[in-house]
Amino acid sequence: MALLQISEPGQSAAPHQHKLAIGIDLGTTNSLVATVKSGMATVLQDEHGHALLPSVVRYMPDGSVVVGHEAQAQQSHDPANTIASAKRFMGRSLKDIADRAHIPYSFVDSADSSKLLQLQTRAGLKTPVEISADILKTLKARAEKSLGVDGGRGELLGAVITVPAYFDDAQRQATKDAARLAGLNVLRLLNEPTAAAVAYGLDNAAEGTFVIYDLGGGTFDVSILKLTKGVFEVLATNGDSALGGDDFDHRIYCWILDKIRESNSDFTPLGEQDTRLLLTKARQAKEWLTDNHEAQIVCRLSNGSLVDVTLSATQFVELTQQLVLKTLSPTRKAMRDANLTLEEIKGVVLVGGATRMPQVRQAVEDYFKQTPLTNLDPDKVVALGAAIQANALVGNRSDNDLLLLDVTPLSLGLETMGGLVEKIIPRNSTLPVARAQDFTTYKNGQTAMSIQVVQGERELVADCRSLARFELRGIPAMAAGAARIRVTFQVDADGLLSVSAREQTTSIEAHVVVKPSYGLSEDEITQMLKSSFGSAEADKKARMLAEARVNAGAIISAVTIALSHDGDLITAEEKLAIEAEIGALQTLSLSDDAVAINKGVDKLNHATEAFAAARMNASVSRALSGKNLDSINL
Amino acid sequence: MSLNYYQLFDLQPTFNIVLATLETNYRKIQSESHPDRFVTATSAEKLKSMQLATLANEAYQTLKNPASRAQYLLELNGINAISESNTSMPADFLMQQMEWRETLEDASMAKNVSALEVLFDEMRAEAKNLQIDLNRLFDEKKDYVHACETTRKLIFIDKVCADIQHAIERLD
Repeated sequence: MALLQISEPGQSAAPHQHKLAIGIDLGTTNSLVATVKSGMATVLQDEHGHALLPSVVRYMPDGSVVVGHEAQAQQSHDPANTIASAKRFMGRSLKDIADRAHIPYSFVDSADSSKLLQLQTRAGLKTPVEISADILKTLKARAEKSLGVDGGRGELLGAVITVPAYFDDAQRQATKDAARLAGLNVLRLLNEPTAAAVAYGLDNAAEGTFVIYDLGGGTFDVSILKLTKGVFEVLATNGDSALGGDDFDHRIYCWILDKIRESNSDFTPLGEQDTRLLLTKARQAKEWLTDNHEAQIVCRLSNGSLVDVTLSATQFVELTQQLVLKTLSPTRKAMRDANLTLEEIKGVVLVGGATRMPQVRQAVEDYFKQTPLTNLDPDKVVALGAAIQANALVGNRSDNDLLLLDVTPLSLGLETMGGLVEKIIPRNSTLPVARAQDFTTYKNGQTAMSIQVVQGERELVADCRSLARFELRGIPAMAAGAARIRVTFQVDADGLLSVSAREQTTSIEAHVVVKPSYGLSEDEITQMLKSSFGSAEADKKARMLAEARVNAGAIISAVTIALSHDGDLITAEEKLAIEAEIGALQTLSLSDDAVAINKGVDKLNHATEAFAAARMNASVSRALSGKNLDSINL
Repeated sequence: MSLNYYQLFDLQPTFNIVLATLETNYRKIQSESHPDRFVTATSAEKLKSMQLATLANEAYQTLKNPASRAQYLLELNGINAISESNTSMPADFLMQQMEWRETLEDASMAKNVSALEVLFDEMRAEAKNLQIDLNRLFDEKKDYVHACETTRKLIFIDKVCADIQHAIERLD
């Protein structure tokens, strides 16, 4: 077994080694992976030279999984086991899916329609999280091969994965779960329009206020950003997480069905195969109409009948007019939230394959009264931005001048009396953000209360998405109204919510029981991880040990570097105590006991708390030219 | 004692502040404290980073917005502008309030977006005037009693503005 290499304390392991990190655009239709090589962001290709990986996963009869072009080619032949656009179902339950009839998959009916949905495939029940994990695994393998990870050129530190800006907490959490299943360390979830702005802004040295109009395969986002010297500040974001190029395909599909019905009076409903076939034909027609006046759609259905219809560009524009208009409402909302006039917008950047459609470009141009910017490949710009961010996050950028200030897309609120929503954190708040809210008891001697957190802009709880129901227990028994329970909601830089609670009068930390109304439980993830890694107990142990060692190595290196830079911020005694924990953890890392190593990591973390605070204060003080922030009360 | 928001951004505790300085210093603090800078750091450092970046955001938003800045400045001087014991408002302003509310309701009922936009601009102009008053009351006269009254007017106008935005959104 290979021994861990550990450098002498006070020296960083490899001062100028380039750390490997990737950016992944996990799209509805296509996914990509990119990285920064010698200062340039590059999209990585597969062995056939394809940059785009179709987000299609096929579960094969022999138990293997096929992802990408090969799976896409079989979509019509094996629709129930070939899943496309899984992103549309991320963090969603069956009741969220509007038009099941037109989706050729076997959804599993669960007694509880608010449970995460599952698809029946020959590989068993699959959640959208698992299907997305299969896509991520393929991209990870592509990156590792291309970067030479197994050839000894270092290891992959992690990935920035992009999500639609308008994704809610459930959808973000599902994306993070998928990455975990794929064995990827998520450095950050990055909003797609922000990623695009980074790639565009750095490429063009852009300064000023820009709009990113991002119409992807299944999601629409619009973000307004202020770009100043490497700082990307999101002023407002809005969107529709169920509107994209897929819907344009669907309009064509419905039009074809109408045509078939017109010419054939004894029309019978289509099977899964024919549905998939027509949807594919519809997508091809849509793409063809970008550069042509009409598209001929010809195919033979499973009953032998021939479909031969011609769709003109003008008809296509009419069919999809409502969809195009649907993107302008969020656009206007974002403009109002940012408090901007059209004249203040310096440029509009188009992102996402669906913005190739001429009617979309025209609508954007008409609204903003300026020609949109299309000098970047709309399919690749998000992945490139993610790679740039990943590169900066692992510390490869020496100038330290890239700063992304993103916002929360949806308001967070609490259920109050009568099913009304009390907003706690308004939409477009810069992340990270925290708000505290005080609660009191309603009855004498009450020791528990239930709090529902919702996300959305509507006034009624029923119209918003329920994120979680928290039960606060262990409140000391007091007279009604005497207890003061302060609940703090924190949204982190990934846009994910966490909650903590404390009883103020007795300062008893109330026990928070989190019962997520969505998402996978820890047990479910462990179960999935187990089955995906061959289920052998030995494998699981080896994996845990490897993870523990990587964690230990990372923290030892981080603390060692910190001590060498800022060791003078603490007393010699404190320094000795930290060094003792480093030594102890180094010894532990040589053992095969993952639990002991993790405990050592916790102890080292604990030992460095005061040091971390001192470093933070020192660096901010330096930034504000010598201002002493020792007294910041954190 | 902990630093107040003004001290955090190296600013004098006045109502009139140079927004560019606030912005520059906010960005300097975020550059050092943002969680993106601590992705590979220890969990102790990650926690500190999250706390400081959150505080900087809160402080920045409070000082950037004139109404919350005025409210905060009063707080530093021991006055709670929105406490229940602090509700007096001049009669002419109360009359004015009712008129604005009526205009808002009428325009909403008539689904008249442009009327709502006109009202919105009117409210913004009114807010500008109140800010000029606040400059004088806070920074020249140090008249916190009247500054408090004017602050409450500004808070009220902000609220009407938010309601107009909401009404426009519903009609959109």
